[in-house]
Amino acid sequence: MHKYILRRILLLIPVTIGVTFIVYSIMYFTPGDPAMIMLGENAPEAELIKLREEMGLNDPFIVQYGRFLKNAVQGDFGRSYSTKKPVFDEVFSRFPATLKLTVAGLAIALVIGIPVGIISATKQYSLMDSVSMILALLGVSMPNFWLGLMLILLFSVKLGLLPSGGDAGFSAMILPAITLGTGVAAIITRMTRSSMLEVIRQDYIRTARAKGVKEKKVINKHALKNALIPIVTVVGLQFGSLLGGAVLTENVFSWPGVGRLMVDAIKQKDTPMVLASVIFISVTFSIVNLVVDILYAYLDPRIKSQYS
Amino acid sequence: MNSDVATKNNASTKTKSKKKRSQWSEVWRRLKQNKMAMAGLVILTILVLLAVFADVIADYDEVAIKQNAAVRLQGPSKDHWLGTDNLGRDIFARMIHGARISLMVGIVAVSIAILIGGTLGAIAGFYGGKVDNIIMRFMDVFLAIPSILLAIAIVGALGQNLFNLMLAIGVSSIPGFARIVRASVLTVKDQEFVEAARAIGATDTRIIIKHIIPNALAPVIVQGTLGVAGAILSTAGLSFIGLGVPKPRPEWGAMLSDGRQFLRNASHITTFPGLAIVITILALNLLGDGLRDALDPRLKQ
Repeated sequence: MHKYILRRILLLIPVTIGVTFIVYSIMYFTPGDPAMIMLGENAPEAELIKLREEMGLNDPFIVQYGRFLKNAVQGDFGRSYSTKKPVFDEVFSRFPATLKLTVAGLAIALVIGIPVGIISATKQYSLMDSVSMILALLGVSMPNFWLGLMLILLFSVKLGLLPSGGDAGFSAMILPAITLGTGVAAIITRMTRSSMLEVIRQDYIRTARAKGVKEKKVINKHALKNALIPIVTVVGLQFGSLLGGAVLTENVFSWPGVGRLMVDAIKQKDTPMVLASVIFISVTFSIVNLVVDILYAYLDPRIKSQYS
Repeated sequence: MNSDVATKNNASTKTKSKKKRSQWSEVWRRLKQNKMAMAGLVILTILVLLAVFADVIADYDEVAIKQNAAVRLQGPSKDHWLGTDNLGRDIFARMIHGARISLMVGIVAVSIAILIGGTLGAIAGFYGGKVDNIIMRFMDVFLAIPSILLAIAIVGALGQNLFNLMLAIGVSSIPGFARIVRASVLTVKDQEFVEAARAIGATDTRIIIKHIIPNALAPVIVQGTLGVAGAILSTAGLSFIGLGVPKPRPEWGAMLSDGRQFLRNASHITTFPGLAIVITILALNLLGDGLRDALDPRLKQ
C-alpha cells in the first residue's frame, strides 16, 4: 500500500512538469512583444532592446522554458507585466477565495447528490425518482453562469434577500456556491442512482435481506458502502470541472479568486500571470485526484491487495 | 455458368447489405421507442432548421446587427417576439443567428477532437506497449488541466476569432476521445475476426480502418453527441467572459453577458439566450443518453 501511495506521489512530478510545458508552449505563441507590453508602446527602441536582452527573450524557446522551470521550482513564476509584482504571490493570495468557493460548491453537490441518488434508486420508477431525474437532467444542461444570473435576478434583484457579489461573509457565499454546485450535484445524483441500482441487485444484498437485516440497514450499510466506490472517483474528476467552473462563477459574482485574476490577465496579455494561474489550478486538481485515488484504494480492498 | 456466378454474387451482396442495414435499422428502431431521445431529436432538428434558414427568417445585417435606439430594451411584443436588447436589436433574430455559431462551433470542435483524439487513442490501443504509454501519459497531462482553462489559455494566446475558438475547444476535448477510442479498441483488437484478418495478411491500416473502427464506433457516437453539448457550453462560457466570438456577431453567451447590466429592468435580454442554451444542451443530452441505450442495449439491464 505504501508503495502504491509513493508511486502515485512520484507520478505527480512528471505530470506537473508536463502541465507547465504545455501551458508554457501555448502562452509562448501569444502575439505581441512582452517588452513593449511592460514599457508601453512609445518606449524608445534602445530600452526595448535592453529589456528584451534582460528578460532573455532572444534565447531559443527551450532555453527560455528551462529557465522558467528552474525559477518555478523555486517558487518564482516571474513578475506581472502590468503590476510588476511577483505573480506567484498574487495568485497565492487569491487562491483561498477560489478554494473556499470550490469546496462550498462540492459540499452542496454532495449534500444534494448522494441522498437524492439513493432515494431515486431505492424507489426506482416512482414519482420522486422521475422528478429528481428530470431535475438532474436540467442541472447538467444549464450553463452555470446563466444559473448564477437567474439566482441574482430572483434572490438579489427581486427579493433582495442575498448579496449579488463580493466575498463578504456567509450570505455572500450562498448564491455562488449553489451556482457552482448545481451541475456537479446533478452528475453525482445520476451517478449515485445508477451505482446504487447496480449494487442492490447483487447477491450479497439479497443475502442480507434474506437473513432478515432491516431494509434501512441493508441500504445504508451493505449497499451504500459498495455503491460509493465509483462515486468517489467521479467526485475527484468533478473537482476539476468545479475549479474550471469557478472561473465563470467568479466572474458572475465578482468573487476575488484566481479565476477572475486569470481572465483579467488574459485581457491584459499578462502572460506570466496567466501561466501561474493555470499551473496553480491544474496542480491543485492533480493533488486532489491523488488524494482521491489513495482514498479509493482504501475503500476498495481489491485495489489494496494488488499493491500489498 | 456465368449467370449462375452472377446470381450467386448478387445474392451474397444482397444478404450483406441487408445485414448491414438491419444492424443500423435495429439501432434506429430502439431509438424510436425512446420518447425522450426522440424529443431531443425533434428539438435539435428544429434548431438546425432555424440556424440554416436564419437569413430567410431575419436578415443578418438589417435585423440582427443594425442598432436602433428607438426600440431599445423593449419587452416581448408582437413586433419583437422576445423583445429587444440594449442596442435595440431583435433578440429572437440574434438568437437564431447565434444558433448558427453555437452549432457550428460545437460540431467543428468535436470533429477536431474526434479526429485527433480518436487517431491517438486508436494508435495507442492498437500498438500498445511503449507507444501506448507515451500517448496516454501525454493525455494524462492534458487531463490535469481543467478543459475550460485550457481553452481560455489557447484563445488568449492565439487571439480571439471564430477559428481559434473552435480550435481551442476542440483541442481541450482531445484527451476524452483518446481515452474512449483506446478503451474500445482494446476490447475489439483481440477478438477472433481481427485475428482472422491478420491471418489472411491484412495490413495494420486495413485492420484498423475496416475492422476496428466500425466496431469501436458506438461509444464515439455517444460521446460525440454529449461532446457537442459540452462544446456549446464552453463556447457560451468563453463568450460570456469576453473571450469568444468577436462582437457584434450574435452569440448566446455574449448576448446574456450583455444583458447583465440590465438585469434589473430588462431581464429578458439575459433570460432568453440562456434558455436557448439550456434547451439545446438538454436536447443533446437526451439524444446522447438515448443513443447510448440504443447502441448498447446490454447497458440498460
